[in-house]
Amino acid sequence: MVTMTSAPFEYMRPKTVAEASRLLSKYGGGAKLLAGGHSLVPLMKLRLASPQALIDLSGVGELKGINSSASGLSIGAMTTYHELESSVEVQRAAPLLADAASQVADAQVRNFGTIGGAVSHSDPSADLPAVVLALDAVMKTATQRAGRDIPVERFFKDFLTTALRQNEVLTRIEVPKLPANTGTSYIKQSNKASHYAVVGVAAVITLGADGVCERARVAITGAGPYAVRAKRTERMLVGKKLAPNVIRNAAKRAGAEISGSFNEDVHASAGYREAMTQVFAERAITAAVANAR
Amino acid sequence: MPTTITVTVNGTTRTNEVDERLLLVQYLREVQNLTGTHIGCDTSNCGACTVHLNGKAVKSCTVFAVQADGGTVKTVEGLASNGVMHPMQAAFKEKHGLQCGFCTPGMIMTSIELLERNPNPSEAEIRRGIRGNLCRCTGYHNIVEAVKFAAAGTGGKK
Repeated sequence: MVTMTSAPFEYMRPKTVAEASRLLSKYGGGAKLLAGGHSLVPLMKLRLASPQALIDLSGVGELKGINSSASGLSIGAMTTYHELESSVEVQRAAPLLADAASQVADAQVRNFGTIGGAVSHSDPSADLPAVVLALDAVMKTATQRAGRDIPVERFFKDFLTTALRQNEVLTRIEVPKLPANTGTSYIKQSNKASHYAVVGVAAVITLGADGVCERARVAITGAGPYAVRAKRTERMLVGKKLAPNVIRNAAKRAGAEISGSFNEDVHASAGYREAMTQVFAERAITAAVANAR
Repeated sequence: MPTTITVTVNGTTRTNEVDERLLLVQYLREVQNLTGTHIGCDTSNCGACTVHLNGKAVKSCTVFAVQADGGTVKTVEGLASNGVMHPMQAAFKEKHGLQCGFCTPGMIMTSIELLERNPNPSEAEIRRGIRGNLCRCTGYHNIVEAVKFAAAGTGGKK
């Protein structure tokens, strides 16, 4: 006798984004898109999610592949972590993304988990939301009728909540080419069992010829209900030479945008996450500055 | 509402009716009677259920059997040929890379993919490569020795 852990569901495997969107509309919120499934399936086994229908995107060719151009990378939503970490194009154009992908979970999970699934799920402890925020990515979506481009800054809305509409499919993640003299880093405190980020910080720092910071992107995951940019910190970096004390002072404000809503769970208290946000922001910014030189 | 799936497991193609929510590991153990693949934590942490799906290592407790429809699966039972163990199985035997043996099928399936991708891993790369597989006996020392032994045996080739 086999114990069925999930609630019953209907299963379908469309071939196109339009068909996937049509199915989402048909079930009116009762269906879930299945990408790699490495967040959704565990939730279904715990019956924290019980969708009426699963729409498996593994057969949709237009969601696959990494394209490199002069303006940057276009990454299909169904690209796996393993494909990201092992892609020469990603390693060259967005080493931050390749490095962060290599830090996700373990080899088996990276074989199946996808970038599109990760960002659409908006798990507060996932690595890639912070990375795509720091890279100023554009999220391309489609429905049966139309597509739109969502700037990543408007994509993550809340705990497990994004700007995606009910019948909308995330199709590609576009990562703009980085300016010259830009250094990047993603550093996290990793949960020992799952390797989810207790706190993770992505930093993208551009230096001018005189060593003055021209542009800064710092994004935090794990600490609050969803990944956010640390704009207060960014403002304290731009226009300055990034001596260690400048970085430290800026990093002290890295939790400003999360203030009052730090996560508290079995892994870490809110106060601990707040403290680690500052520590890991300092480390990530310092490493990014070192790479930029 | 059962769904008909066709899956090639260890070279043999079979068609079965399955419940959509049947997990791949349950399909392998209960439908195909291949009980070499173990269920450990059942929460995608421990890696005991690792098999190769379409050539890639996966925790089969985190995939529904319907997702494998049209695909190929390799389990620990499919490694030996004509009674000769796969080099990774032989290495685990030679280096005693097991204590109770419960994690062993998953460890072997993960380690085979590790060497396919990196034929000459350092000890750190081996430890990192198998971090999705837990040994409750904490017998990691000999497991790592076994993977090193297998890598040496292949002469750095796949």
